[in-house]
Amino acid sequence: MPSLITTSALQGLVPVRHGALALTDATPARITSVAPFKGREADVAQALKPLGLRFAAPNQVVEAAAGRCVWTGPGQAFLIDADPAPLTGLAALTDQSDGWVGLRLSGPGAEDALARLIPIDLRPQVFGAGSAARAPVGHMLSVVMRAPEGIEMLLFRSMARAAVHEIGVAMAALAARQQA
Amino acid sequence: MRITCPHCGARDRREFYYLGAEDYLHRPAEDAAPAAWDAYLHLRDNPAGATRDLWYHEQGCGAWLLVTRNTVTHEILGVRAVDGEATE
Repeated sequence: MPSLITTSALQGLVPVRHGALALTDATPARITSVAPFKGREADVAQALKPLGLRFAAPNQVVEAAAGRCVWTGPGQAFLIDADPAPLTGLAALTDQSDGWVGLRLSGPGAEDALARLIPIDLRPQVFGAGSAARAPVGHMLSVVMRAPEGIEMLLFRSMARAAVHEIGVAMAALAARQQA
Repeated sequence: MRITCPHCGARDRREFYYLGAEDYLHRPAEDAAPAAWDAYLHLRDNPAGATRDLWYHEQGCGAWLLVTRNTVTHEILGVRAVDGEATE
């Protein structure tokens, strides 16, 4: 098969800037859903060790040079960017790379903008480094993660345009209040 | 109304999908009498007070939850994951 041109679902939609906030493309290069087989949890932990990672506990994201591991539900996590090959035979592995887009909201007040869409407490003292959650963004289900440069959200690729629109409206509304 | 998911914590009930009575967890054996199947499929209590039913955390972690609640006061009395430990 000829090599096709890869385009992001966010092409032409981001960056979006309002006030001090910036919404940018943070789509991971690779996402693999990891669901350890029954009784193999310890083996999965062992296999993740050389990558500097561990299987994320509920509401947690683990970060290392190789990538990240984020909890996505009971008995399931996403391995982000890292190669899942060491987990072969230990867990149900599903390539999710093309199913999601990643959005990063950065800048002072990012939590205030997202408070309009995500019904959980995202303030740094509650949702600090290493925090993650499954939570809706507006009506779209999402994986929300604290990242070094802001808050990142994984959303369904098919909803990229709606997500950028909704978050953009929240950013603009917050910026308008700050100017007033 | 808020439901405390054992994994995600207290969340608005709009994040959850309502399935129905906990009877769905008690499926009769394949060779059970027709009366047992009739009860499983069709017969439901309609209590004014405490009831137990199944909710799905569709906007969150995707867990099936067994919720005990009061139909009169809307108070949530207890939540546990169908395949796991209780909260509250």
